[in-house]
Amino acid sequence: MLYREAGQFKTSYASDQAIFPILQDRIGIVVILAVAFTLPLYADDFIVNAVMIPFLIFSLAAIGLNLLTGYTGQLSLGTGAFMGVGAYACYKLTTIWPDVNIIVWVVCSGFFSAAVGAVFGLPSLRIKGFYLAIATLAAQFFLEWCFIRIPWLYNENISGAIEVPQRELFNIIVTGPRATAETRYYVVLCLVVAMTWIASNLMHGRIGRTWMAVRDMDIAAELMGIRLLPTKLMAFAVSSFYCGVAGALMVFLWYGGAEPAVFNINQSFTILFMIIIGGLGSLLGSFLGAALIYVLPIALRFGPELLGLHMHAATVEHVTFMVVGILIIFFLIAEPAGLARLWQIGKQKLRVWPFPY
Amino acid sequence: MKTKQLCVAIACAGLMASAVYASKAQAEDSIYVPLLTYRTGPYANSGIPIANGMHDYLAMLNERDGGIGGVKLNIEECETGYDTKKGVECYESIKGKNPAVVNPWSTGITLQLIPKAGVDKIPILSMAYGLSAAAVGKDFPWVFNPPATYWDGMSMIIKYIGGKTGGLDKLKGKTVGFIFLDAGYGREPIPLLEQLAKDYGFKVKLYAVAGKEMQDQSSQWLAVRRDRPDWMIMWGWGAMNPTAVKRAAENGYPMDHFISVWWGGGEDDARPAGAQAKGYLTLNFAVPGEKFPAIEAIMKDVVGKGKSQTPKDKVGESHYNKGVYNSVMIAEAIRNAQKLTGKKVVTGEDVRRGLETMHITAARWKELGLDGFAAPLNITCADHSGHQPAYMQQWDGAKWVKVSDWIQPMTDKVGPMLDAAAKEYVEKNSGWPKRTEACDKAM
Repeated sequence: MLYREAGQFKTSYASDQAIFPILQDRIGIVVILAVAFTLPLYADDFIVNAVMIPFLIFSLAAIGLNLLTGYTGQLSLGTGAFMGVGAYACYKLTTIWPDVNIIVWVVCSGFFSAAVGAVFGLPSLRIKGFYLAIATLAAQFFLEWCFIRIPWLYNENISGAIEVPQRELFNIIVTGPRATAETRYYVVLCLVVAMTWIASNLMHGRIGRTWMAVRDMDIAAELMGIRLLPTKLMAFAVSSFYCGVAGALMVFLWYGGAEPAVFNINQSFTILFMIIIGGLGSLLGSFLGAALIYVLPIALRFGPELLGLHMHAATVEHVTFMVVGILIIFFLIAEPAGLARLWQIGKQKLRVWPFPY
Repeated sequence: MKTKQLCVAIACAGLMASAVYASKAQAEDSIYVPLLTYRTGPYANSGIPIANGMHDYLAMLNERDGGIGGVKLNIEECETGYDTKKGVECYESIKGKNPAVVNPWSTGITLQLIPKAGVDKIPILSMAYGLSAAAVGKDFPWVFNPPATYWDGMSMIIKYIGGKTGGLDKLKGKTVGFIFLDAGYGREPIPLLEQLAKDYGFKVKLYAVAGKEMQDQSSQWLAVRRDRPDWMIMWGWGAMNPTAVKRAAENGYPMDHFISVWWGGGEDDARPAGAQAKGYLTLNFAVPGEKFPAIEAIMKDVVGKGKSQTPKDKVGESHYNKGVYNSVMIAEAIRNAQKLTGKKVVTGEDVRRGLETMHITAARWKELGLDGFAAPLNITCADHSGHQPAYMQQWDGAKWVKVSDWIQPMTDKVGPMLDAAAKEYVEKNSGWPKRTEACDKAM
């Protein structure tokens, strides 16, 4: 009922091919954006700082991996390392040229990550599936080794960590401990919205179509005149670009400093789980997956406390592990194609409700 | 039917919510002491006794004395799993509740919190861990690392080795192996070790153990077997310690030449290796045992009454007592802050002043019911660590035995390096705030 499209006529190709062809969706997206942009006005620091900023950053990383794994069909386990490349590149750039706008460096660091990603994407022409996953695993271990063993990357810091210096944007402190949560949130939000929009356009255009063709059957795609190597490398580069920016945002606008352990294999797995649970080949899925994997444990951890239930911290942790595990299994059984597909089905049901057929 | 259930659920939630408000209103006349602990994950074997010790001492103060200065302590644990990300999340969740002090219990988390401390006005108490350079109070007014820094610890170990070889000058040509957890924590003492190696002419071999291989370590100990260093020093934590002790025993490394920093000195670090661990040495700054009046009070009022998660036979163990030491400092800092400000309910800013004027003499230790528990502690405005001595303890197969006197750190070597490191930290972090906090008179 809510999704009844009766009366919404499409009179041009443009309106028929629109990304949100249904009026209700358009209203929905406007509402979501409005809520997102006004959130700091009514949410407290903890929500903005420990929930929303990480959620957006993980969503961006998940979009990055989704471009590669969901849309192009190349399994990658190097996400954490590519995020690390972005973070370390941004750190080096801003310490060498401190006067340049930090946002410029965050975006630039994506290009470093893209270059590294393209290099490690080279084997994708020859190897596929799980074997490719192992090849990208090599990237993960090699890059992590670099973050630990090359002191130049962290400016010879004794503890081997990178510390984010204070940087300003139009005289407002954006990074460092004195930046307010609101400022950081708006910077992250703007970047994530812009990059999601770009990703969406990429996916609906020629490049996205060639990626999907390669995913569905690469031989057929080749026969249709799609050159595999540039296409796959492009997917690796763009995906790594997104991951790199996410990594830079993570260190500069969320953590405020990082050790190499942040970019370990667990990080790669976390992002991979996000897109599997959220839905492969779906931008919406990236956000839903990030919400389920990242936000749900926090809600479980701090929820009982808000309700006045006092549990031991360790018990909460154990319960969280179990509940998240059970939910993952439940969602995968209920809908193996992910939360995004679940949303699709729900929408379909709503269209014909209350007269299902 | 379903609506009915829903109504019941909503009613329950409403009740609970009102209960929360009631408890929050109550909380205003108590001091909030958050404890960042870890009872899960690969570091839990070290984290659990520490968490128990910290919790139990503060809970004992609540039970026996009704808190500190008549104000109850609101003790709350937040599980970090020794994970930096979760630790920062914990910090974000507690920072709005006016915490008296934060104990990160991980060097990784400490490094992340150091820049935030001054901004949020919450002091960081990193007891004998964290950034060594933070001992320089001039540059780090909000960070405290008593009773000794890692660099102090390293210098004590070298001093002990020197004593055993017949003088520091006899170290020339010897080889010292250093096995460490490859994280901020394990790497922290390396600059000092290398400096001392240069000064005394011994060779250093580094064996890094990555977090994921800490339960294996076979390749590192094969290398040790090949290199045959005269002494082995360890900076390990969690599952790394018992594994290293086992591997050392398996490889026939002489255990009485294997020395760990204080964090390798838990009973559960030596015990799993059985009789082979006999002779294993570690530094310590808090004497284990349950024969102290304060610990007996814990036994009676907290553990005996079932108000703690500690099993009875674990009270007074080595790491447990380090947790107690940490809580003694929290309590003393709060007490000092109350005296300095005349307020009952103190804030983080007050507790920072309390920490800066903390002076626990031998007499004060006795008053606290902890006679002979630790060396006197003296923190000042300029010196946030105190650089207190520690002693060497040896595993006799069943318990820790004190085998040396209190060893003073080489302050002449450590001091200048700390100043240089602090200066470098400040320079690298452009915009690092100048100290504006005034110094209080020692009490």
